[in-house]
Amino acid sequence: MIRAHVLISGDALSLSRGAEETRLAIEAELSFLGLDKEVLVSYTSQVERTDELPMVMVFPEGIRYGSVHPEDGAYIVQEHLYKGRIVEHLRLPPEILSGHIVHIPGKLGALYAQKRVVLRRAGLIDPTSIEDYIAHDGYFALGKALTEMQSADVLQAVKDSGLQGRGGAGFPTGLKWSFAVNQPGEKYIVCNADESEPGTFKDRLILEGDPHAVLEGMALAGYACGAAQGWIYIRGEYVQARERLEHAIKQAEEYGLLGDNIMETGFSFHIHVHAGAGAYVCGEETALLESLEGKRGTPRIRPPYPTVRGFRDQPTLVNNVETLANVPAIILNGSDWFRSIGTHTSPGTKVYTMLGDVNITGLIEVPMGITLREVIEIYGGGVKNGKAFKCAQTGGASGSIIPAALLDVPMDFASMQAQGASLGSGALLVCDEDTDVVDLAYVLVRFFATESCGKCVPCRVGSAQMLEALERLRKGYAKPADLQRLEEIATHVQETSFCGLGQAAPVPILTGLRFFRAEFEARVQA
Amino acid sequence: MDKALTQTIHRALTRHANSQESLVEMLREINAELGYLSAETLGGLADALKLPRSQVLSVASFYSMLDLEPRGTHVIKLCQDAPCHVAGGQEIWETLERELGISFGATTPDGKWTLLTTSCIGACAVGPVMMVDDDIYGNLTPERVREILAQVADQDRAGGRT
Repeated sequence: MIRAHVLISGDALSLSRGAEETRLAIEAELSFLGLDKEVLVSYTSQVERTDELPMVMVFPEGIRYGSVHPEDGAYIVQEHLYKGRIVEHLRLPPEILSGHIVHIPGKLGALYAQKRVVLRRAGLIDPTSIEDYIAHDGYFALGKALTEMQSADVLQAVKDSGLQGRGGAGFPTGLKWSFAVNQPGEKYIVCNADESEPGTFKDRLILEGDPHAVLEGMALAGYACGAAQGWIYIRGEYVQARERLEHAIKQAEEYGLLGDNIMETGFSFHIHVHAGAGAYVCGEETALLESLEGKRGTPRIRPPYPTVRGFRDQPTLVNNVETLANVPAIILNGSDWFRSIGTHTSPGTKVYTMLGDVNITGLIEVPMGITLREVIEIYGGGVKNGKAFKCAQTGGASGSIIPAALLDVPMDFASMQAQGASLGSGALLVCDEDTDVVDLAYVLVRFFATESCGKCVPCRVGSAQMLEALERLRKGYAKPADLQRLEEIATHVQETSFCGLGQAAPVPILTGLRFFRAEFEARVQA
Repeated sequence: MDKALTQTIHRALTRHANSQESLVEMLREINAELGYLSAETLGGLADALKLPRSQVLSVASFYSMLDLEPRGTHVIKLCQDAPCHVAGGQEIWETLERELGISFGATTPDGKWTLLTTSCIGACAVGPVMMVDDDIYGNLTPERVREILAQVADQDRAGGRT
């Protein structure tokens, strides 16, 4: 009989900090004390915070220990599992699951309530075990859809939920699905896991922490749209996530939850994994499809949109990882439940990766509409070293530079857009008062210049010219005409580039100039 | 074409059922096996897939994880994006160039190290970050970089690699 379950964070970062040695020490101590038959030890993906790894969680009590080195692991076994005493000095503050955040007073050291939809299982289950997933309501939504709902009902539920694409653009998901539904031909569902925005790694942690949720979301999309085949296009660099996915697909097929005749309902859905080979532009959906077909990842002209003519020239639905991971919960709990979270125009939650000059960096999932100030104060533990906040860069390189004046704007797609800013892909790079905005813009534009696919002139030539102008500014030998020219080029590149990458390339410059013009001007030679 | 090369190409083709759609994945696998993709390799693969050689070269040259020239025994890739930059990436950049005596994009004369930059590898919470071959190292400081380089060199000596 198993009376307790010990979960050890087993992500790459934890492993690099000695999680394997900690696990071995725990197992050795358990077997020394004769507890190895009643305590189960396994790895999980710890996705919550990265400052206390490796982390060890003991269930059923749900006690979490941080920075557990091998000797601590053995001690936890002796004290907690053998003598029943919680080891207070290694214990992390409890996670309070209270639902909506209305107002939480600042308190040092505790990790406050997050509203978890996408990440509700991550860190609690063993991501390599389909049994764990099923035990936490996994594949219940698919079962409900296939046995109790028509495909049109599934589509309607997603439409009613108001779910928007979580890749950055915020396009209504249900609407996108409905475009595919009405098309003739063999349809495909593609999961865009080519997460490459600098500072964004939420999709990797979703895939590593709860791979089945994404598979279930894809199968539901397949059922709603009438597709029998799905592809996951994953970044070439995401080796562990790819292995997890392939393992999860195999397990689901063995259980009859993917493949032919799922749950004996006559619905079939197959999922394939395709790894990229290093190209940021492949996150753009038409470039992704080119790459999926074995070609250079250059974008296609739109329209026709992929929902009309996509992979193999057939109707193809392309959705982001986080978007798809939301779908099972919506089908299971209903669209009204989903609408009860977040804001009226952007229901649900958003997963962010918080980085830069904050005390706690890592992954959080919060309701849409929370403000940047709340995120930084509550989850980030404030700006590092007591310094003042200067700006934040959202959504990877294509996000905006957000000044302190916008700290209290609700973070949802519509509110940010109204301020001329963008929510982007989910990165929050917090910069303190010492940050040089010109330097920051330079680094961001350098990324685009490197990653431009070269297809269209505005992006290929324009990004190089913007970079040159920024370099002159940075080094302090720019003339007033250079700044004017930089702004002109930036505007042209934004207006005339072929795809979203090129259109986003000048955003750091344009938002930088809008909010911090004086700093750019101060660098110009008189 | 030598026999080993023919076999490597053949194995990749078999794994992917000669599918042109799998070209990128085949190139990655061959790249991993042979260290880089020579003109001969690309030509052989193009012929086997009945694709124009120009198309295979254009694909191979497009993706950053594919190498068209031989690399050093160890390939270091430093992330140069904003989150790592804000966390002190510039200092790491300078340290690597100084320690190895080469600039970015180059290989040391003894063929031991190749120094490259990479776009974000999604480990930003522990920036600045670099990859040495397949291993990711985070929270880098100049001292830590020197330690890692020494460690890798030690392992090579112990393992008999040059």
